[in-house]
Amino acid sequence: MRILRLMLTGWVFTMKTNLRSGFMILTAVIQPVIFASIAFFMFQAGQRSGTLLYAAIGAGLMGIWSTTLFSSGGSLQWWRWQGFLEPLVASPAPFALVLLPATLANATYGMYALGMTLAWGKLAFGIPLTFAHPWLFAVAVPATILSLGLLGFFLASSFVLYRHANALSNMLEYPVWLVTGVLVPLSLLPGWVRPIGWLLAPTWGVRAIRDSALGGDPLPAIGMTLGLGAVYLALGAIFLTYFMRLARERATLSLT
Amino acid sequence: MYASVGSRLVDVIEAVDLHRTYRTATGVFRRRAVEVAAVRGVSFSIGRGELFGLLGPNGAGKTTTIKMLITLLLPTSGSARVLGYDVVRDAREVRKRIGFVFGGDRGLYERLSALDNLRYFAELYGVPPREQRSRIAELLALVGLTGRENEKVEGYSRGMRQRLHIARGLLHDPSVLFLDEPTIGVDPVGARDLRATIASLVKAGKTILLTTHYMFEADALCDRIAVINKGQIIAEGTPADLKGIVADRTVIEIEAFGASEEAIGRLRRIPGVSSLSVEERDQAQLVLVQSARGHELSRELVAHLDGARVGRVVVREPTLEDAYVALVTER
Repeated sequence: MRILRLMLTGWVFTMKTNLRSGFMILTAVIQPVIFASIAFFMFQAGQRSGTLLYAAIGAGLMGIWSTTLFSSGGSLQWWRWQGFLEPLVASPAPFALVLLPATLANATYGMYALGMTLAWGKLAFGIPLTFAHPWLFAVAVPATILSLGLLGFFLASSFVLYRHANALSNMLEYPVWLVTGVLVPLSLLPGWVRPIGWLLAPTWGVRAIRDSALGGDPLPAIGMTLGLGAVYLALGAIFLTYFMRLARERATLSLT
Repeated sequence: MYASVGSRLVDVIEAVDLHRTYRTATGVFRRRAVEVAAVRGVSFSIGRGELFGLLGPNGAGKTTTIKMLITLLLPTSGSARVLGYDVVRDAREVRKRIGFVFGGDRGLYERLSALDNLRYFAELYGVPPREQRSRIAELLALVGLTGRENEKVEGYSRGMRQRLHIARGLLHDPSVLFLDEPTIGVDPVGARDLRATIASLVKAGKTILLTTHYMFEADALCDRIAVINKGQIIAEGTPADLKGIVADRTVIEIEAFGASEEAIGRLRRIPGVSSLSVEERDQAQLVLVQSARGHELSRELVAHLDGARVGRVVVREPTLEDAYVALVTER
């Protein structure tokens, strides 16, 4: 019960701070519109078969990934700059229970990116928002958000140790778009790239959402998304314990 | 001079030969690892209900020592226990039982209100949900922030942030408190209120480790004081014990305008000068000279300040600050 309360409070706390951050609001409001427009024009220029909804979902996932990545790296960096990381670490709550709700909240915030992309697609490009399996769509989206939040947790565990976490998160945005098939279909990429994509939740998340929206069986992809999420959680918790000790040894929790 | 620790029944905080080294690197292309010893063999113990001051100049190792005791840094060697728990092995047990307050205006979530900050930390510190509301209200009243709790912290003055820090440090009613320069940058009235709050916490039975730059603060509040310099404790005792170090001295304060480095150097070489420090005050310099009691040096000192305009000259009894200056500059 205490763990649930702690998680919920941390989630609300992060959501509140994100909603009051000009940078986060701009990222969430403007970026999805840009992503969606680029994806639609690319899709139309490529004269590919299929519906524009396929591109809209990919663009939405791009937005969720960007929000998760920047806010997970950014949260830790912000905490460090504000001198807030030390009080959080010095509290008796396990740091995993401080970090996890924050990354989950950041991913939840990214859900707005998906909604905004779909809305923009409907308003500007006239995409009909009809889903083949609406109930499974309603499961696939939260499963993907959860899994991305857990991936954010896994990545953020290493950001505890490195003072320049932002540089690392900036580096990871585009490659992940490419190797997970949210921007271009995986079939267009060299064969050696695919196994990398299989390890990343957005690959399965976008597949699950597309299958539930456009038709197909989304359950295997939902299962993979959640399974990978569990792996990220376990690895993140192990790494965090190790990195927290190293951070106390190397004095990287504060800037001074 | 060292105060007896045998008289205390329980040592709440105990540091034994603590060392902490930082690794850093110099150079751009040819990077060279450099080791900086911030704390070099610090030992002390603090009894239940005691207010212990750790004084020292910037970079002396005060904050590093506190960070090791509150489990934010691992000691390079040595050991420390708080309420019997080892700060390395039993970090979580230590964290449950201590509160800490860092000076300065950082360490709070600026975009949220004081109430949001306190609610979140109440949860992190495991304050039972039923008690949170009353506990937070009680602490807001204690630090004088009642009525301002719904405002965003980014609009708070430095003094208000500092008071919020104290409220946060007390949320779980810890029996041990670490206060690292809690009054730094706070206006005189705010600082006085904070000192009154600290005094009331001691009366309530808390054990407190306080670091400060302000000697009058240490003198007014602390039961015992340790002076730390270059990572080592160079003196320890009650404020009266420390003042005793300079009891056989006289302090001469000279207000000078435009005294050159060379002239100050000449003053240092005058026989009978035990220690000398200079405080810059707007256009003037306040030269503080300690000499053996009965050794009248005023005229000689003024004579050696040729080229500078001399204002007020005062001969007075030494204070704790003079003892501190003597300890830090003469060793």
